[in-house]
Amino acid sequence: MTFSIDQRGYYGEFGGAFIPEMLYPNIEYLRKNYLDIINEAAFQKEFRALLKDYVGRPSPLYFAKRLSAQYKTNIYLKREDLNHTGAHKINNTIGQILLAKRIGKKRIIAETGAGQHGVATATVCALMGLECIVYMGAIDIQRQAPNVARMRMLGAKVVPATSGSQTLKDATNEAIRDWINHPEETHYIIGSVVGPHPYPDMVAIFQSVISEEMQWQLLEQSGSSDPDLIIACVGGGSNAAGAYYHYLDKPNVRLVAVEAAGLGVDSGESAATSELGTKGIIHGSRTLLMQTADGQIIEPYSISAGLDYPGIGPMHAHLIDSGRAEAVSITDQEALDAAFQLTKIEGIIPALETAHAFAALDKIKFSEKDNIVINLSGRGDKDLETYIKYLDSE
Amino acid sequence: MNRIQQLFENKKENILNIYFTAGYPGLSDTEKIILALEASGVDLIELGMPYSDPLADGPTIQESGQRALANGMTLDILFEQVASVRKKSEIPLILMGYFNQVMQYGEQSFFEKCAEVGIDGLILPDLPIDVYESDYAAMLAANNLKISFLITPQTSEARIRKIDSLSTGFVYMVSRSSITGAKSDIQQQQIDYFNRIEAMKLQSPRLIGFGISNYETFSTACQYAQGAIIGSAFIKVLTKAENLDIEIQNFVENVRNATENVK
Repeated sequence: MTFSIDQRGYYGEFGGAFIPEMLYPNIEYLRKNYLDIINEAAFQKEFRALLKDYVGRPSPLYFAKRLSAQYKTNIYLKREDLNHTGAHKINNTIGQILLAKRIGKKRIIAETGAGQHGVATATVCALMGLECIVYMGAIDIQRQAPNVARMRMLGAKVVPATSGSQTLKDATNEAIRDWINHPEETHYIIGSVVGPHPYPDMVAIFQSVISEEMQWQLLEQSGSSDPDLIIACVGGGSNAAGAYYHYLDKPNVRLVAVEAAGLGVDSGESAATSELGTKGIIHGSRTLLMQTADGQIIEPYSISAGLDYPGIGPMHAHLIDSGRAEAVSITDQEALDAAFQLTKIEGIIPALETAHAFAALDKIKFSEKDNIVINLSGRGDKDLETYIKYLDSE
Repeated sequence: MNRIQQLFENKKENILNIYFTAGYPGLSDTEKIILALEASGVDLIELGMPYSDPLADGPTIQESGQRALANGMTLDILFEQVASVRKKSEIPLILMGYFNQVMQYGEQSFFEKCAEVGIDGLILPDLPIDVYESDYAAMLAANNLKISFLITPQTSEARIRKIDSLSTGFVYMVSRSSITGAKSDIQQQQIDYFNRIEAMKLQSPRLIGFGISNYETFSTACQYAQGAIIGSAFIKVLTKAENLDIEIQNFVENVRNATENVK
């Protein structure tokens, strides 16, 4: 069994492009051309140079000594939080902005949940001098104020999505509607491995630099390029896709996907898609999503705006459905506790999304000899208000 | 014979197709609205299956869907309402919605249920034509359901030919690059597109939708196609209506009579 995308744009039975005709010309153009563009030598040269000199790659792989001692194992942290703009999101936006320029698009739109993808998009638009419009759920605009301010300073227009749950799902709906209304001049930079084919694959390819670096970094530090486990949080799943990418077809490497349980998987306030979800279509992709028996999409909940999404990318649906990846779900409370623990013993304040991945250490089995990589997908500056509130309430 | 097929065989121009969201404004208004539209001389009705995340729809249809869902609308209730109205009405009825709804109901069961209650056709804007062709074309045909696919000003000629050959109802000409409820006017750019498509001499009848809202836009569209589709503008009438029967009749007469006068 292979876990890569097939010729038709599917991972097993998941993926495809279930889109209205209005989106077809743009999606079809991307489908036909994305691999050729990305694989072009000049593109790769520019992409790699920007990742190195602008983003600050390679991001370190850090052996977390005290955390390892606490869990009696070997834990390495892939420091995507040290990237410019503070998360893995910029790997993808650098790639997509170069692609947008090559296909002659002048206007960039994006959706954002936690604001990290919005900031990363606004950043590359500033870098390239392109117009930038970011759709963000009205609720997320409130809970991620620092990122909203950064986007505005970077020159992006932040448009509140006021429909539905007013979070990431609705921001994505609004971005898609914008693209339908402005098909010719606009490129939509989707921030995760979601949406119609070829987006899930395109975003995964741009994020695959994470596991590409992990291979040689692990070899240097542990003597083997393969870890025993990779742990990553999954909202749509882009950081996990990047961290898994070069290990997908290596069954000796366990893949752990950490979802947000919100107030608890059975509380009715959750975003644990693989447990609560069924097969269906969201944002143009056939995948697992939280929905009613009548096919209405259920509004998810998580304390973390970046994981507050009722679907997962089709690659992850396939990995979990086939048993290749293990899904773990973490509550708000467990994530907060994990964030404070990491901060206290390693001096690293993680993003709330990332904190879910750390909390999974208490939920899964591993041995003393194991080498575990946790993808430290983002830093917690944007979540300070939530953290301080929690600190004061303790 | 299928009622949509019959309509296009008997009528070649000025076909008025009205869209509204089932279960809006009130849960049980569906039947009343269908009967009022039929009595007013509308040719074809698209019943919207309200959906939580209608990607191709603007605020008017989104809000009507949210309201219908809040009213308690489900596919089971919708099918009951259609079965009931079919005892009194012979107007061609199309269900329009998003493919996830069909998937969750179960594709085969959904198509069979449509046939059983008297639905004549489907419009599923996010069902890809290749998936339709390989997986569902035979099922629809077996249930005597006609499907209509969308084309836009950006759709290539080769793809229009393909869509024309796969559409068994009509070709739904989206008048411009937009979501539903677009600004209501028809400009030279649209006319050029209408002419271009007319010159292709498609085998399927064509209906123009998006941005059609009144006498001017309807009558203009009818010069370039067999008819046109009004959605958001009609929903706005429903939203404000104090007496549904009277205001539906007035709306259709305004769109229609004016058209007849022009002819």
